[in-house]
Amino acid sequence: MIVRIAAAAAAIAALLSGSAMAEDTVKVGLIASMTGPFAPNGKQMELGARLYMQEHGDTVAGKKIELIVKDDASVPDNSKRLAQELVVNDGVKFLMGMNLTPIALAVAPVATQAKVPLIVTLAGTSIITEKSPYIVRTSFTLPQSAVVMADWAAKNGIKKVVTMVSDYAPGADAEKWFVDRFKAAGGEVVESIKVPLANPDFAPFLQRAADDKPDALYIFVPVSQGGVVMKQFVERGMDKQGIRLIGPGDFVDDELLNGMGDAALGVITAHNYSVAHPSDMNKKFVAAYKAASGGGRPNFVGVHTYDGMHLVYAALDKTGGDTDGDKLVEAMKGMSWESPRGPISIDPDTRDIIQNIYMRKVERGSDGELYNVEFATIEAVKDPVKAAK
Amino acid sequence: MLTILFDGIAYGMVLFILAVGLSVTLGLMNFINLAHGVFAMAGGYAGAMLVNRAGVPFLLALPLAFLAAALLGVLVERTLYVHVYRRSHLDQVLFTIGLVFMAVAAVDYFIGSSQQFIALPDFLRARLEILGGNIGAYRLFVVAVCAVIATLLQVGLSSSRFGARLRAAVDNGRVARGLGINVGRIFTATFAVGSGLAGLGGMLGAEFLGLDPSFPLKFLVYFLIVVTVGGTSSLTGPFLAAIILGIADVAGKYYLPGTGPFIIYAVMVVILIVRPYGLVARSEAR
Repeated sequence: MIVRIAAAAAAIAALLSGSAMAEDTVKVGLIASMTGPFAPNGKQMELGARLYMQEHGDTVAGKKIELIVKDDASVPDNSKRLAQELVVNDGVKFLMGMNLTPIALAVAPVATQAKVPLIVTLAGTSIITEKSPYIVRTSFTLPQSAVVMADWAAKNGIKKVVTMVSDYAPGADAEKWFVDRFKAAGGEVVESIKVPLANPDFAPFLQRAADDKPDALYIFVPVSQGGVVMKQFVERGMDKQGIRLIGPGDFVDDELLNGMGDAALGVITAHNYSVAHPSDMNKKFVAAYKAASGGGRPNFVGVHTYDGMHLVYAALDKTGGDTDGDKLVEAMKGMSWESPRGPISIDPDTRDIIQNIYMRKVERGSDGELYNVEFATIEAVKDPVKAAK
Repeated sequence: MLTILFDGIAYGMVLFILAVGLSVTLGLMNFINLAHGVFAMAGGYAGAMLVNRAGVPFLLALPLAFLAAALLGVLVERTLYVHVYRRSHLDQVLFTIGLVFMAVAAVDYFIGSSQQFIALPDFLRARLEILGGNIGAYRLFVVAVCAVIATLLQVGLSSSRFGARLRAAVDNGRVARGLGINVGRIFTATFAVGSGLAGLGGMLGAEFLGLDPSFPLKFLVYFLIVVTVGGTSSLTGPFLAAIILGIADVAGKYYLPGTGPFIIYAVMVVILIVRPYGLVARSEAR
């Protein structure tokens, strides 16, 4: 009996000392898509976050930062369950990641209830930040690049455009904001084609676009399909017909771009990050990423999460290690810093990101690889959806 | 117009090459092989590796992709499928769909989930002006290759000795065995050819169907539509079905982009209402 009581007391003591230790550790739960069709995004997220920790050490404001990576395979039900487990069992003080919009929407209530900041590092639909006062975004919104693209097209001799987007929420966002802005600037949108998300062959849609004889074809498709579209665009001779291929930068993703071949040359996109961004910080970031990933290139997903980790560090630093959710979100509001993509900040009113959007053109670099080369910068672009409200 | 028709034919031809093996195993061997797309994917990936990493010329890589998929077919057939031939259809379905998921995960793990591209030689990248239509050289090439294969298959099955043995083995395996035909070996050979053709189709189609680990699942429905619409008793049926569906799909997407993707299903429903056993059915229902 006495032995049992002693054992129980020892166990309690161990538990107590365990929780005392936990006080000095701040856990960050990264929910990413480590398996399944979006596994490359998950890899970018994890590497981006780990690179930041590697460069800046794992202690901030006297607290040790611990990163916990959970794989949701991009199934929103999984993501929500993982978020709950992270909050309840692991006691994380930050949630991070969110590969797709439905995932962010599923996790948002968890963040609200637990009063834990949720840093969205990919999902790009505008409404996300309005779904919880604890959501802060370091990625982008699609309308950010869509309106910049529309302005550029209108100013650069493009009068007739056909749009072709994948039929899902980000595609609809990318289409709506481009079309509205382009029309307002006096452009003509001849036709708006929606292609099914799981579409095997783009040939008929491209042929339809070609027959409309536009000045440019504006496209938005998931990055996995970008290469196929560009190949078929060139195969159909649409580039020789004088049609320009434009769109948000997602489909010329830096990680995959080089494998897309010559078909990608000359494609003009608007986006927030290019691996070829000419800053010292980015050069260091790219080199470190290549070393850590065995030669792979970072892309915007990696950068968003790298910045997400910066936000964790900076917020903790500002609160002096206080992990109260409200104080952390308050600390993040209005924060500005230099990212590998350029100067960025968190809009204090919307908790959404304010960043430069760059106009880029795919060119072959001096090392023989393909790059999105930036040729114009539109500074400090806010999410136009919320700015219009 | 002609361009659309031609794109549709090219699409249909690839569907035929991809699905013909399934039609043979399902119709002739009465075995439900939902993992058929795995062999197509294997051929496609073999082709992509050979061309992109090993620098093998595209035209040489095509037969090699066929061989790779055929070898994999033999291996899987001899070690796994022999055990489920005599089991119920439900067992076969469960077993083969399980294989699909394993294959998807395996490719994802070893090669990665990104889209694979196969670099085409320059002469296949040209565009040709024929009869006022604008036609891609590659699609023309695909149509030619597939037409040759379809003819060879038809002739082989109807008038070669092997074809006769296969038909005998299918119609009545016991009697065929009694006549000294090695039924097991014939099935293996047939399976190998079917898988090989799928592999060839996977490589030929990579250019416009795309190639990623989810390929076997994404196209399973299309394969099954081709086989059900075409009927499983001959090669003519699936061939016609594939061409009709290819054209309907491409034309539907061109003329009615809003509803286009559903047209292929509408066509299937209509054909099956009119001819429940498929376009070309045996007189007696099996």
